[in-house]
Amino acid sequence: MNRRLSLFNVTSLVIGFAFLYLPILLLVIYSFNASRLVTVWGGFSTQWYGALFRNQALMEAAWVTLRIALLSATLATVLGTLAALALTRYGRFPGRTLFTGMVYAPMVMPEVITGLSLLLFFVAIDLDRGFWTITLAHTTLTMCFVTVVVQSRLMTFDRSLEEAAMDLGAPPLRTFFSVTLPLIAPSIVAGFLLAFTLSMDDLVIASFNAGPGATTLPIKIYSQVRLGLSPEVNAASTILIGIVTLGVISATLLSKRSVLRKAH
Amino acid sequence: MGAVRRAFAPWSNPDAKPLIRFDNVTKRFGDAVAVDHLSLNIFEGEFFCLLGPSGCGKTTLMRMLAGFETPSEGTITLGDQSLAGVPPYRRPVNMMFQSCALFPHMSVEKNIAFGLKQDGMPKDQIAERVGEMLRLVQLEKLARRYPSQLSGGQRQRVALARALAKKPKVLLLDEPLGALDKKLREETQFELMDIQHELGMTFVVVTHDQEEAMTMADRIAVMDHGRIVQVATPGEIYEQPKTRFIAEFVGDVNILEGHVQGQENGLWRVQTGYAQAPLTIDDPDEVLHSGQAVAIAVRPEKMVIQRDPPRTGALNVLTGEVWDIGYLGDWTVYRVKLATGEILRVTRANASRFVENPIDWDEQVYVTFAPDAAVILAE
Repeated sequence: MNRRLSLFNVTSLVIGFAFLYLPILLLVIYSFNASRLVTVWGGFSTQWYGALFRNQALMEAAWVTLRIALLSATLATVLGTLAALALTRYGRFPGRTLFTGMVYAPMVMPEVITGLSLLLFFVAIDLDRGFWTITLAHTTLTMCFVTVVVQSRLMTFDRSLEEAAMDLGAPPLRTFFSVTLPLIAPSIVAGFLLAFTLSMDDLVIASFNAGPGATTLPIKIYSQVRLGLSPEVNAASTILIGIVTLGVISATLLSKRSVLRKAH
Repeated sequence: MGAVRRAFAPWSNPDAKPLIRFDNVTKRFGDAVAVDHLSLNIFEGEFFCLLGPSGCGKTTLMRMLAGFETPSEGTITLGDQSLAGVPPYRRPVNMMFQSCALFPHMSVEKNIAFGLKQDGMPKDQIAERVGEMLRLVQLEKLARRYPSQLSGGQRQRVALARALAKKPKVLLLDEPLGALDKKLREETQFELMDIQHELGMTFVVVTHDQEEAMTMADRIAVMDHGRIVQVATPGEIYEQPKTRFIAEFVGDVNILEGHVQGQENGLWRVQTGYAQAPLTIDDPDEVLHSGQAVAIAVRPEKMVIQRDPPRTGALNVLTGEVWDIGYLGDWTVYRVKLATGEILRVTRANASRFVENPIDWDEQVYVTFAPDAAVILAE
């Protein structure tokens, strides 16, 4: 294989990455703009980060977002891992294909429809919209991502490891906690981080299910932008991008590491 | 080899009580029958081999003993205890897995200690026992290593140590040496025999490698299609195979087909298409009748190849042409084509370093064998 970077390769790489990341880069740069005018560069400054932390409404929204992300990611991780276990371990039960399809459906379902149907459901069961409805909605959205990540690990899992543990005297539950869980833990953490970041930056489903007193950061930013661009929002977005990037990178590294360990 | 190692033959003692008893055991997976109404006794202290081609049911049989599969019919008894309904983690049986199945997130010593910890053994006793096991498999220096840092052979030893640590009544070994290269495999075979001898434990080995079975086992059960075809010592399996399947599966064999002509002076006369005169076979245990179709099995090393015609009146003379010669160092293999088109395999030990005027390609040769070198197998 030719490992040298030809001119063509370099050009396509630059164009591709520019297409993907130029807008984000612009946003990050302008968050350090000294000028109040969003599109005019007035020198380097971190003043908008200071202003951001003094902005009570934005900080409150950020806190709500963080709590929702943590809680919904935790719920999604538990449910998603259980679903992955059922799908890989339970053999061929009737309706397995249907169940698999249904677990994965939220991944491809238009978010507007997911959001709308959840809203209708919450109204029907008379649940006040707010913190809990967003948390439940995000759990629904992110669970399938956890399932995908954990299931792919379980499918390459050597079942004889569990048999060996049982053979050596460990009952099924202890086998799960002392052998299965430690070995699939990296993929569970990766699934959690994915769910966490997905919940952090979701706007559509959150705005359908938000209520008075519970506004998430993406909703807040979106509504502020409609009143006019503000450098504070750039700063808030930059921090959000940072958190999401960190989450995705660690998720990737974790699942890669568990694959490498398996290969040994 | 195994049979002559020591005078140990509880299976020929009618009063001996078997340690493991399979009683009319059947295992079905859906429509497929993996084990078919099988009965088998294994005695304490035995090195027992289940031998057969893949898919013959030998692994299923072992997994039923370990408790990973439940028999569809029949019972398995260990000592005085029926194993029905006893889960794998309560059986006094440990297994060495084909893939080793070492826990990748635990060091060598933690792996070996795992089973002892499940029994709630005190910490200092665990440490002592782990040390003992490490010495047994000569891995003291690698106690802190992780499985990914070990070679294939070392992993196999850890797996063995882990399975032996709990001093099980029976050790099950599933294709234990499959992943090793030939030299290491032979060494490990003898090591396994020494360990088994030293601990006096009952070993049950599953293998598809007949050489491995012959080397290690006290007795071999040859399996085919979920049934046991013959249970006997390695020597009996090789020299007195019960069926054509065993004769062909264990070692090399020449099969000559024919019809029984009759019996003379206790020797069977069998008319075949390979020679004018009927062949004379000394196999007095067979009960045959005239005209019956039989197969004569002769091992390649029990046939003699020569250039000069045998003396007149010699028994069992076949003529042919040397088709192929394979020089293996210790042995030379001749493939001799008979007039009928069949190819016989004849081996000769290379007892001396230089042979004058050796038998060459395309030469006309005579192949003979003694009446007691052959076995008659009823078709």
